[in-house]
Amino acid sequence: MSNNKLLEIKEISIQFGGLKAVDRFSMDLESGELAGLIGPNGAGKTTVFNLLTGVYSPQTGSIDLEGQPIHRKKTFEISRLGIARTFQNIRLFKDLSVLDNILLGQHHRTQYGIWQVVLQTPGFQREEAQKKEEALELLKIFNLEKKQSAPAGALPYGEQRKLEILRALATKPKLLLLDEPAAGMNHSETTGLMEIISMIRERFNLTILLIEHDMKFVMKICEKIHVLDHGVKIAEGIPSYIQNHAEVIKAYLGTDEELH
Amino acid sequence: MNEFIQHIINGISMGAIYALIALGYTMVYGILQFINFAHADIYMVGAFASYYLARFFQLGEHPHWSWFFIALGLSTLVCALLGFAIEKIAYRPLRKSPKLNILITAIGVSLFLEYAGQLLFGVDPKLFPPLLTESVLFSIGGINVMSLDVIILGISILAMFVLHRVVYHSKLGKAMRAVSQNSTVAAMLGISIDRVISFTFILGSSLAGIAAVLVGMRYPKIEPMMGMLMGTKAFVAAVLGGIGSLPGAVLGGLIMGLSEEMVVGYLQSTYRDALSFGILIVILIFKPTGLLGTKRIEKV
Repeated sequence: MSNNKLLEIKEISIQFGGLKAVDRFSMDLESGELAGLIGPNGAGKTTVFNLLTGVYSPQTGSIDLEGQPIHRKKTFEISRLGIARTFQNIRLFKDLSVLDNILLGQHHRTQYGIWQVVLQTPGFQREEAQKKEEALELLKIFNLEKKQSAPAGALPYGEQRKLEILRALATKPKLLLLDEPAAGMNHSETTGLMEIISMIRERFNLTILLIEHDMKFVMKICEKIHVLDHGVKIAEGIPSYIQNHAEVIKAYLGTDEELH
Repeated sequence: MNEFIQHIINGISMGAIYALIALGYTMVYGILQFINFAHADIYMVGAFASYYLARFFQLGEHPHWSWFFIALGLSTLVCALLGFAIEKIAYRPLRKSPKLNILITAIGVSLFLEYAGQLLFGVDPKLFPPLLTESVLFSIGGINVMSLDVIILGISILAMFVLHRVVYHSKLGKAMRAVSQNSTVAAMLGISIDRVISFTFILGSSLAGIAAVLVGMRYPKIEPMMGMLMGTKAFVAAVLGGIGSLPGAVLGGLIMGLSEEMVVGYLQSTYRDALSFGILIVILIFKPTGLLGTKRIEKV
């Protein structure tokens, strides 16, 4: 492997009660890679995301981002180090405006303090204006700038998914985690999503790890696939390899239908 | 008629004070969904802080504008620090425990402050020194507008204006609303939940500190238990306006101040303190979400 490793997960485990949700899971991500994490329901995929974002801490093992251990860090610190994510079920701040959702993603990069807010200093106003400009730039990617003042909850489903991706991008991540981005989308929407993912990856220099059940989508877009079953990694490799992997096929109920 | 207008003026100035304290209850509730019972005792400590400052420098003997602002600043600072410390020491370790635990802890902190106050400051009431000379600012048609009422209202409006700017027009306010809606997602956007919560307590407690000096000048009798009744009334004001809603707390405070004044003026002054409990009962029966509150749908 080359030395531009962005993420290095070594043998992480977490147990809830008697259940080993993730069991000695390891995975490397190269800088710029687009990888998929697949597996049957309950395999522990979202738990891996939660471990990566500091919602849970692994009971054993380590996670390094750019050589720096992050598995004991708090969620907000991990976010500031460059990991952002979207959710299986969309979690926007529904009462806040589209623009405010994006601005929240930029929150920690604003410098001004409370006195500058109270006194409305020029520095504060300049910074607010600049952040707003940046947020609008992001919204333009998906033509959402005209809806900037609408409450996020009022957007149609597809646009909410897009907004959630933009909000993640607003944190300026190095690694973007997408949890079932194609869920609830029809065929043409899924095709559109593939273009979007390729485009943002290029434009923002991202490394992407995605969880997805739509196998056509995964096989087509991912360069490398990691397969989880009952918290254990059973295979890793390029799509054509995974498609014909006996253990993977067995994990998916003994048929290979879903994989082709 | 003149008497009526006089009552309105008194009611508004008292209502503004209730509003300042109610805002503290409602902000903490908005972000953590629990009632900080110690809030009114923070207010009491603020009053004593400025009392001792005034006594030490004998400010009461030469009332002056600058004394007033120094006392106001000290009270605000003491209350902000106390609110910050209480959250950090007593509530933060319980963040992940059931809401009931933190609620009981809040009652514990409240009792601690009240009895520590009795121990330190003494049980007997103290006389808050006049920091400003009370004078008739102007009179229209026989109605005397007192300087104190104008100051109370002016300072309250200024404080609320600053609060509005912070909450609705800055990243801090957005972060507060994000944390109250979904703290995990907020953290994933790089927002430090601990800092936002600390900040909320500092902001709410500062308003209590301002209220402490204003009340001290209006009703100069201060004692360690003074927070109890004030706290109950401000809490009812927050519930009346809709707990969790900032405009609701201001509205609730004004209604509370005005209706109390009317009870004193036209019924019997002994009913004054019973009124808040009456309002609480009525609001809980007919509109539990309060006047401006929205129903929170709890996901099960």
